[in-house]
Amino acid sequence: MTDEQGKPGTPGGAHWSTISRRGWFKALVSIPVLGVFFYNFLKKRATDETRRQAVMAELGVAESGPAIIPNAVSKPPSRKVRVGIIGYGGEGESLVRHAGFAAPDWIEQARKDVAENPGDKQLETYLAQDDLNIAITAVCDVFDVRAERAVAASQIDTRPGGGGANPPAKRFRRYTDMLESGEVDAVIIGTPDHWHSRMTIDAAAAGIHVYCEKCMTRTEEEALAVHEAVTSSSIVFQLGHQNRQSEAHNKAREVIDAGILGPITLVESTTNRNTPWGAWVWDIHEKGNPQTIDWAEFEGPAPNKVPFSLERFFRWRCWFDYGTGLSGDLLSHEYDGVNQILRVGIPKSCVASGGIYYFKDGRDVPDTFQAVYEYPDRDLTFVYSATLANGRDRGLVFMGHDASMRVSGSLSVQADQDSTRYEQKIKDGMIDPSQPMFTYRPGFKGIDAVTSATEQYFASRGLLYTYRGGRRVSAYHLLIGEWLDVIRNGGETSCNIERGFEEAITCHMATRSYQLGRKVEWDPVARRIV
Amino acid sequence: MTQPMAKPYAGFGLGALVTLRLLIGWHFFYEGLAKLVNPYWTSAEYINQASWLFSGLFKDLAASATAVTVVDALNVWGLMAIGLGLIVGLFTRTATVAGIAVLLLYYIVAPPFVGLTYAMPAEGSYLVVNKVLVEAAAMLVLFAFPTGHLVGLDGLVFRKRVAAEPAQA
Repeated sequence: MTDEQGKPGTPGGAHWSTISRRGWFKALVSIPVLGVFFYNFLKKRATDETRRQAVMAELGVAESGPAIIPNAVSKPPSRKVRVGIIGYGGEGESLVRHAGFAAPDWIEQARKDVAENPGDKQLETYLAQDDLNIAITAVCDVFDVRAERAVAASQIDTRPGGGGANPPAKRFRRYTDMLESGEVDAVIIGTPDHWHSRMTIDAAAAGIHVYCEKCMTRTEEEALAVHEAVTSSSIVFQLGHQNRQSEAHNKAREVIDAGILGPITLVESTTNRNTPWGAWVWDIHEKGNPQTIDWAEFEGPAPNKVPFSLERFFRWRCWFDYGTGLSGDLLSHEYDGVNQILRVGIPKSCVASGGIYYFKDGRDVPDTFQAVYEYPDRDLTFVYSATLANGRDRGLVFMGHDASMRVSGSLSVQADQDSTRYEQKIKDGMIDPSQPMFTYRPGFKGIDAVTSATEQYFASRGLLYTYRGGRRVSAYHLLIGEWLDVIRNGGETSCNIERGFEEAITCHMATRSYQLGRKVEWDPVARRIV
Repeated sequence: MTQPMAKPYAGFGLGALVTLRLLIGWHFFYEGLAKLVNPYWTSAEYINQASWLFSGLFKDLAASATAVTVVDALNVWGLMAIGLGLIVGLFTRTATVAGIAVLLLYYIVAPPFVGLTYAMPAEGSYLVVNKVLVEAAAMLVLFAFPTGHLVGLDGLVFRKRVAAEPAQA
């Protein structure tokens, strides 16, 4: 063979008839390889499909998104709702932004972040929100800087849906003045927990709708009082558990309803964070001082009055005077997620323990905290286990005799090797107990730029954002949207006063047990923790 | 001088080259097809672990839903086209060059260098050299010794005028 023959020639030129039989053979000899390929490919597909069909038929759930998602908004928003914000700290600011009003400096920072990292989705997600047709008409915060910032946000012109700028909100120094002003139809309460009950009760009395941050109250007595006030009023109440809007949580409920896990005896939920921020060592604002902060108003119903303290003002979650530490902040989310998926209600008993083992910075709430709840009527134990000084991802796991389900932003179900229900299928090789037999990953194909460790923690629990029809949506936005929709059109909020009451009592059982150093029980007749 | 090894274009040598081409083609074609039929597959996680050259660019791609959709489609159809080309011996040299380029991209995203670690586990043990690099080198051999015109459809499409080739029948 010559070199010339070795080089490919120019296309065309010669007649097909000039090709020798040997030429045809050499040209086509590799085609049968394709036949072998497709034979094997189709065989593999058929095997996989048979297995998948058998598993799906056995499980009785679809692989697609949740069939039933609470419809956040039933109709396009009709009349404009006038909303007041009480407490414009970190959470309050976030809620107002998810309602469609970002602070100007937030927008500026978000633009810079996108310029530096195009994967940063916060501005895009904000602008893609639905216009909820509300106006932030009133602001109340005891810290001047935050109040002024909230007023600036109320008149922002960079708004979702291209909504124009509104007139500036009116600032009130007392929330009671706001409630009496006639300027608001509804309020968002983003204050520390020790103020929640008084504000909710007063708003209910004034017929003003309430979106309240968790934990619903600081104490058991307050929870009873809030329940009484809200149920005897006609206001629409929503507690801020945005997991109610998570696609994965709704899918998890379907999996439970389909009985895929078999009898569930243990649910383990966890909090692991390992940053000062995650342990509530939040920034102290440089302009915070006795002149800019109304300390007496901040303390309000707090049981112990102390001299002005920047630490206590800006890092209030570290003290029982204002909140309940891990119970009210993070156990509350975990419990509400479990209550959403399993509908367990208030447990019969609780044993909690823990201590201040790492953040010895003067706080009085534990940084390491475990609570064990019993539900004898459901043959179920619910365990909450938390540390603020380790970042291991343990997640939320439902353990049944036949399978385990892990719920985070996504969901996976794995058969148990000693399952009774799946015994035959495991033997037949149809189900592999070492692999998830069912996974559900909502959302878009891609990587979400979630920056801080604390954000990652929230994202993994479906608390930052979720997906609707493959589009990323803030879970806060959906929960606020649902609340406004019920205000306009009636219906029921997904985290209503009953769910809120269950959340508050369950959390307070853990706090009480920790403080008393003994097991506590819920007396459903006397309606009190004993 | 007698060569101890087979000549590339004679008997055993040609057979070995064509076998290599078919196996790599099969691998590419199935990698593409498997991704095509898996609704959950995405290149995003792989790209996002980039930590060497152009890692910023790769991460930006992974963060954009549009870019990921494009990269995914290019991957799926590119892998299948390259694989098919190698199997049937059509546009073999183009397929070979494209294959090398694709493999080098995969390599650049996650090279097994000392000090670099990845979220996605490797199925073997690698130091500097991994199977992606080996496959790229194997394709370099295919590029140096193309066989599509001898065994494959290139022999028909790019055949020379009959006059230039003495009749063999």
